[in-house]
Amino acid sequence: MSIEACFNVARGNFTLDTHFSVPSKGITAVFGPSGCGKTTLLRVIAGLEHCANGYLKVADTVWQDQHSFVPAHQRSIGYIFQEPSLFPHLNVQKNIDYGIKRSQGKNQKSSVDKIVELLGIAHLLQREPSSLSGGEKQRVAIARALAVNPCLLLMDEPLAALDQKRKDEFMPYLETLHAELDIPVIYVSHSSMEVSRLADHLVLMDSGRIVASGGIHEMMTRLDLPVSHDNDAAAIIEAKVTGHDEQYHLTHLEFAGGTISVTQKALQVGDNARLRLAARDVSLTLAHQSNTSILNIISVTVDEIIDESPSQVMIRLSANGVPLLSRITRKSANELGLKKGKPVYAQVKSVALLA
Amino acid sequence: MFNEADLTALFITVKLAVITTIILLVMGTPVAWWLAKSRWRFKFIFEAIVALPLVLPPTVLGFYLLVALGPDGPIGSTMGFLGAEPLAFTFTGLVIGSVIYSMPFVIQPLQNAFAAIGQRPLDVAATLGASPLDRFFTVAIPLARPGFFTAAVLGFAHTIGEFGVVLMIGGNIPGETQVVSIAIYDHVESLEYANAHWLSATLMLLAFVLLIAVYAVNRKLTYKSGYGL
Repeated sequence: MSIEACFNVARGNFTLDTHFSVPSKGITAVFGPSGCGKTTLLRVIAGLEHCANGYLKVADTVWQDQHSFVPAHQRSIGYIFQEPSLFPHLNVQKNIDYGIKRSQGKNQKSSVDKIVELLGIAHLLQREPSSLSGGEKQRVAIARALAVNPCLLLMDEPLAALDQKRKDEFMPYLETLHAELDIPVIYVSHSSMEVSRLADHLVLMDSGRIVASGGIHEMMTRLDLPVSHDNDAAAIIEAKVTGHDEQYHLTHLEFAGGTISVTQKALQVGDNARLRLAARDVSLTLAHQSNTSILNIISVTVDEIIDESPSQVMIRLSANGVPLLSRITRKSANELGLKKGKPVYAQVKSVALLA
Repeated sequence: MFNEADLTALFITVKLAVITTIILLVMGTPVAWWLAKSRWRFKFIFEAIVALPLVLPPTVLGFYLLVALGPDGPIGSTMGFLGAEPLAFTFTGLVIGSVIYSMPFVIQPLQNAFAAIGQRPLDVAATLGASPLDRFFTVAIPLARPGFFTAAVLGFAHTIGEFGVVLMIGGNIPGETQVVSIAIYDHVESLEYANAHWLSATLMLLAFVLLIAVYAVNRKLTYKSGYGL
């Protein structure tokens, strides 16, 4: 199953003109600057706004085409709003039950219990919404949305209203859900950090249009897209834990392009982990350096070079097919004689382990 | 103290206020909802109509009602044609007049309460599978609870205090259409100040207690936000 959407709407001086399809699994992040139409797109998918000119098919069900429009309350969706929106007149348990009562017994009690446990809200069930913190409210809102066992989960910047500390507390719950639940998620965000931690697919939006869409690894490193020229531009790679160095407290990970060591993490051998390699932390050498403090040196070939400014270039590298990014000075690029296909060594100064 | 006619007037007044309030709450709720939610361009015309009794002299309202409901008026003659008694100078006529006269005091608080809920809780309910009617009863009405309380108390109190409309449409028939405010006027005219005092003090106390209740209870009824942080 997959999701196919095509919307074309003009409202005042805002135009939404989108056509995209989303795979049926994993988290698809809709990423773009504020005001680019991300929220409108989500509301149109949910049926909260009627966009006259649209087509939407989720799994085998057409939710909207020229002749039909399924209203929001008949669509099998979960919607997480930017602000945690619990019903203030119902306690946590009754908030969760609100959707279940209206879902015609599609869900099972055991799955609701599991969701409540995954989100760590079992101890909050009898509380009133006004007594919860922002992060707790949002976790309850997610449990409430998932309890009806929807075909599609829509999340509109669910972390935007939380402060950094709450965000850090909240993120692991989202990652757990991602790993445990088999439901497609459309996740709207303007934070590249959230996107790189959570997303499997990326839809880039700007001024109501879809600029590009594709797998997260490819999209983050496409030099023709603005994400790769962000200050925080980075490559995302998936790696597997191969072992720990007990003497120096390091964890070794392996990916298709080589091995990477990070400071020791509480991971088991065989665990999957997502790594983020910032473009500004990757430098290039022609020969494999041995007298250097840099631990992670990966053999790569130059794939594409683009001038970012008169002084800087962005280079996409291929580590046995896995794309990496490196931002260096134009002077260095010239002096090293970098061009497409040239084999070089990437020295990675720091690696962030995302999950 | 009260004489028997005063007690009857008090009873009629309270009966009139209770019936008027119930009718206004039932009929005013959908109107208030529509006024709060509609994006129709000419909605303001209906808002003005609802507010009209606020600014109109009660005697004007009462006069037109008398004309309309009297045996020769459009409503009165239609009813006569159908074999019904004309409504002028009856308790039913009083109820009709009071409903119109107190309408803004019920509809405006409800409209404000519905508008204050905002679209978000209704959207949330929709995404959880609630149909429009379901959303109205399980989300909008509970969240507008303070508005309902204010509307009921204001509608009730305002009906108790009316004079001009009831005098015009109901006349002053003891035991049928004579309400407290008119009874007070009668007593003063006849220089029966003691009776006037008793009735006036009763109304004053009632009004004060009702307002105290509005302000005390409204604070309690308002839900602390479940939204935002």
